[in-house]
Amino acid sequence: MDGAFAQAFKLILGLDAEFLGIVGLSLWVTLSAVAISAAIGLPLGALLAVCRFPGRGALIVSVNALMGLPPVVAGLLVYLALSRAGPAGFLGILFTPAAMIVAQTILVLPIVIALTRQVAEDMWAEYGDHLASLGQTGRAAISTLLYDGRLALAVTLLAGFGRAAAEVGAVMIVGGNIAGYTRTMTTAIALETSKGDLALALGLGIVLLALTLSINMIVFGATRLWHHQLR
Amino acid sequence: MRDRPSILPLAAYGLRFEMAGIRLIDGVDLAVGSGECVALLGPNGSGKTLTLRLLHGLDVPTSGTVRWATGSDKVAGRKRHAMVFQKPVMLRRTAIANVRHALDAAGFPRAEITERAAAALARFGLQDLAARPARVLSGGEQHRLAIARAAALEPDILFMDEPTAALDPSATRQIEAMFAELKRVGIALVFSTHDIGQARRVADRVAIFGKGRIVEEGPAEEILAAPQTGEARAFIAGDLPW
Amino acid sequence: MTLRAALPQFSAAVLLALMVAFPVRAADRFITVASTTSTENSGLFEAILPQFARSTGIEVRVVAQGTGQALRTARNGDADVVFVHAKAAEQKFVADGFGVNRNPVMFNDFVIVGPKADPAKVDGMNDAPVALRLIASTGAPFASRGDDSGTHRAERRLWQWAKITPTGSWYRETGSGMGATLNIAAQTNAYALVDRATWLAFMNKGQLAIAVEGDKRLFNQYGVILVNPKKHPHVKAADGQAFIDWLTRPEGQKAIAGFKVGGQQLFFPNAGEPGA
Repeated sequence: MDGAFAQAFKLILGLDAEFLGIVGLSLWVTLSAVAISAAIGLPLGALLAVCRFPGRGALIVSVNALMGLPPVVAGLLVYLALSRAGPAGFLGILFTPAAMIVAQTILVLPIVIALTRQVAEDMWAEYGDHLASLGQTGRAAISTLLYDGRLALAVTLLAGFGRAAAEVGAVMIVGGNIAGYTRTMTTAIALETSKGDLALALGLGIVLLALTLSINMIVFGATRLWHHQLR
Repeated sequence: MRDRPSILPLAAYGLRFEMAGIRLIDGVDLAVGSGECVALLGPNGSGKTLTLRLLHGLDVPTSGTVRWATGSDKVAGRKRHAMVFQKPVMLRRTAIANVRHALDAAGFPRAEITERAAAALARFGLQDLAARPARVLSGGEQHRLAIARAAALEPDILFMDEPTAALDPSATRQIEAMFAELKRVGIALVFSTHDIGQARRVADRVAIFGKGRIVEEGPAEEILAAPQTGEARAFIAGDLPW
Repeated sequence: MTLRAALPQFSAAVLLALMVAFPVRAADRFITVASTTSTENSGLFEAILPQFARSTGIEVRVVAQGTGQALRTARNGDADVVFVHAKAAEQKFVADGFGVNRNPVMFNDFVIVGPKADPAKVDGMNDAPVALRLIASTGAPFASRGDDSGTHRAERRLWQWAKITPTGSWYRETGSGMGATLNIAAQTNAYALVDRATWLAFMNKGQLAIAVEGDKRLFNQYGVILVNPKKHPHVKAADGQAFIDWLTRPEGQKAIAGFKVGGQQLFFPNAGEPGA
């Protein structure tokens, strides 16, 4: 354990270019996946909360279930799709950061949709009559729900970020863990573990944890700022 | 009072509303003229709230019609009636942002919104609450904000469901003072209440509800002083037969 | 401010900041090489690829998989070059038309490692099949890759020579890479077959030590194959061939020979050796 903390400090203080590249790629891939999931999932989740249509219940259950999709399965599906032998092989993005973003988006999107749906549905029960009275429907009503739900939705995005930042199975499969190109914090941890360098692996783990903690602190700070308006 | 076409008078004929086979509103006829103030009286479950919702267009009657003088409830693309709910819906924003949101949603020009919102609060003496989060205001303040927010939309008619039901006497007086201001600028009011004294103080006309119908309707002073039907007499006497 | 205005702006700002802070390195020229965990984990690529990049300007992106998976990756056209260690499978890959031709590059050897307590009494032996027979008969734990990798194939061949079908609770298929399998062996006092390069570079040996080595049948030959551009037109044939040429010519062969861990040479170039 001492060795691990020493390694963690060495990594952080050393500011080694390769290490910074790994940290940067991890953040880039994960935050891109969260941003894409937010852009798609927030409106979709709110839409699912507001709309009534046949099969809605089944859809909600499916989305909720997909929150538990194993990262390896997501990775495998993306792998098969993006492989040159697969339907999207012409893109030629297997073993690139883009493929990793796609895989992580598949993992994060159900979380964003499902949790947004829950938040928006509770708010809709309260806001529905007022918005209908104002004649606010469709996109405008959804943006009211999302804006007023921003505190809970920030936590939703954090949950998505947590899932993406922590997973190794999907990015390993579709990224290939290529040194200097698709190696992230988690795949580097897996690699160092397999090389038996447990101290370095744990050191990377500590850095990843610190990074996740910092992002949570930033979001917590932001939600504090909003909080006085939201009670 | 105003130099623009009014959607009033409003006339509702034979409103019926059924839910799961149960008839909740059973043939309501009601007319409201420009600048009129009408109190809907009656016990819980007699159909006051539902009637307000049908008039405001939140629910669609099973049969019957709600007719506006202009043929539509909109003038120049803007809905000319507003509603304040029994439990006012406060968005998770500041008081003034609540008003701004309503103005934006109702389609007021963006450039005018800030000014109009400030004016709406100032008009009812709520300017000090402007920057406070709406959801931490007291019950009375929330009701006043909700009325100011609805009034900001410049409706010809304002529907209010039990605007003072949960309030203490001082808050009730403040709300009634707002009624006076709304009447002064020519906004017609239709509100439900259990408070016969309030109906007497504020309303020009009253409609007394019983079992989804209007059992008696007419000038407030007349009806409240000398109800003609047994049901109305019993309600006014506080002897509730329903 | 509405959400529509706020959130995209916020996300855009974050992403922009990231893009500036982290420009994804997009090399003009690169090839993708499907290879094995043993070459990657030992640090060989880390040592020799920069030399290749310096002399040719081509970046090599290595996806380290088991030999079986690496060949499948190449078969699907997801790599330009495949660099593995299972001669028979490599020859079949070429014969099936997926590879252009197989070039021997280097060799090292496998060793059987085991707990220092040596319950099967195989320490110091140089006959691998006999040692395996002893391990099986004493029921001492044996950790197998079980992942169709080159090492796994070599291990299965050894069991065949030993005329034993390994089954039972003592025979544990990890289904994992070499390093993970060694971690498991170290924790469960199991024997395992490992290539010498990975073994020397492995840092969590615990109570494990080399028990059996020096058998000719433990020889481990690496070969490199260009994926057939006739099957997969997008394959970067010229740059891939440049990598193969570099590996098999004196410059690359010297780089391989020069790669040492703890003063010990891990791979022995033999590109010119007939029949390798």
